[in-house]
Amino acid sequence: MTRFTSETVVKPLLGFFALLSLVFLAGILVTLLTESGPFFGEYDPLKFFTGTQWYPTLQTQNEAGEWVSNPQFGLLPLLTASLQVTLLALVIALPLSLGAAVFLAEIAPPALREIIKPLIELLAGIPSVVFGFIGMVLVAPFIKDLFGIPIGLNGLSASIVLAFMAFPTITSLAEDAISAVPHDLKEASLAMGANRWETVSRVMVPAARSGIYSAVILGFGRVIGETMTVLMVAGGGAALTINPLSPLRPMTATIALEMGEAVQGGPHYHALFALALLLLVITLAFNLLAERIRGGRQELQR
Amino acid sequence: MKFSRKFRQGFWFAMSGVSIVIVLGMLGLVIGFIISKGADVISWEFLTDVPHKAMTEGGIWPAILGTLLLSLGSIVFALPLGLFAAIYLVEYSRDGKLRRWIRVGVNSLSGVPSVVFGLFGLALFVNFLGFGACILAGSLTLGLMVLPTIIRATEEALKSIPMSFREASLALGATRWNTTVRVVLPAAVSQILTGVILAVGRAAGETAPIMFTAAVFFTKRLPTGLFSKVMALPYHIYALMTEGTHPVEQTAMAYGTALVLLMLVLLVNGAAIFFRIRARKGKKW
Repeated sequence: MTRFTSETVVKPLLGFFALLSLVFLAGILVTLLTESGPFFGEYDPLKFFTGTQWYPTLQTQNEAGEWVSNPQFGLLPLLTASLQVTLLALVIALPLSLGAAVFLAEIAPPALREIIKPLIELLAGIPSVVFGFIGMVLVAPFIKDLFGIPIGLNGLSASIVLAFMAFPTITSLAEDAISAVPHDLKEASLAMGANRWETVSRVMVPAARSGIYSAVILGFGRVIGETMTVLMVAGGGAALTINPLSPLRPMTATIALEMGEAVQGGPHYHALFALALLLLVITLAFNLLAERIRGGRQELQR
Repeated sequence: MKFSRKFRQGFWFAMSGVSIVIVLGMLGLVIGFIISKGADVISWEFLTDVPHKAMTEGGIWPAILGTLLLSLGSIVFALPLGLFAAIYLVEYSRDGKLRRWIRVGVNSLSGVPSVVFGLFGLALFVNFLGFGACILAGSLTLGLMVLPTIIRATEEALKSIPMSFREASLALGATRWNTTVRVVLPAAVSQILTGVILAVGRAAGETAPIMFTAAVFFTKRLPTGLFSKVMALPYHIYALMTEGTHPVEQTAMAYGTALVLLMLVLLVNGAAIFFRIRARKGKKW
């Protein structure tokens, strides 16, 4: 009898622990909503989403000539900065990742693959602050000399570093996708007289494309949420610009940089939570999208 | 025509090899660069002393200790939760709506940006629950962050145990829980450990989640309890590079700190990879 009761207790208990992930996720969402709620009450959401100035400590003179604080929380410069470094990083990472994925899935002999894959894992394990550090001492000076600009801490330097951080994620998912292409397709193509490269480029990669899209989308979600690298390397300029050689301040960097200075419970504090909420929504959406695409493909194969 | 097809194949195969070479070359460059610049800074004093003279002399022992405490704390919190969750997913649940939802939750949690975890920890643990910035708040925040890693690693480990193990145990009259604890877990333990080690490495290197929940730029006092603020290696690198008034000396210290953190993380990750390869080769089933 005792054994039956222990089993009946164990299952719901374990289920409770499994549900905690969902609970935590909901908790994060609720926390960000409550902490950013006051911001949208005080500050016109339209001004937030369309404003071109992020200037939390701005002071202006009123009619009486007194200096009053008139903080500007315009999202656009930060959002453009985030999108810009992320897209540029993906543009740099994608050819490298695709090449590496093809190499690992189709070209490398198994022994070589067994050496390369752990090395890529080591790359994935390097902390982002170390990447940021390398960006500051190695990449930024190089970019500075290359373009003859006064400071190398800018969007391009950050994108280069981010590209190497995105590489392991995109490569391993793309490789999985290419490896999962049914062998019949490959053999049919080879039997038709196509050589190995033609088979890879016109049969395997197209057949794996949904997996590759999903890898890129997941990479996008990872990179846009990356904090330390852009905080240290992107330069921190909050002006609205699309020039990657100018200093940028993506959303993550803004949060990390300004949370220390913001008065707790003040408008700036709530504004930063609003940024975090937006960031969370973007990354969750891209995560779910990536899963959708991959899930759809798996069902097709079945 | 035939030559050109062959040539194109050779060209593109070479290019795909080149992309591997570029990335691994960068990996080697990064590691080599930090080792060569950081090795001059590392000394016994650097590893065991507290910082002196506005961070330009002395060592980083408080930061090393802080990072060890934070990553251990996060595992103490995340390991039981992750273990139980994975056992439920693999051993107890059937394919169904609930399980799909849980899986979506785990995947989504793993995609949440680290700085968002930091803000969550700030709002919940530091402010709402009143812990203040301390080891406890930082460990809980980091623990949440590595929870999906642990769940997934444990799931993989449990799934790799052949069904016949469970069937044999169940056929002998053991309950499912008994089977899980006495048969499945012991067989999977080395693989689970690998995942836990990887999670430790991840927690040790994270900066954004502990910026507002645990870490301080400088403290001479070593932590005395769960509610102490601590220094941490990743945050120390960031602070040395962006704050303070002696950029040249501080950059030198940052090289040393980066080397220590990099070695710690590479050692941890390398150990995990090594164990995994060895376990795979020595597998009896």
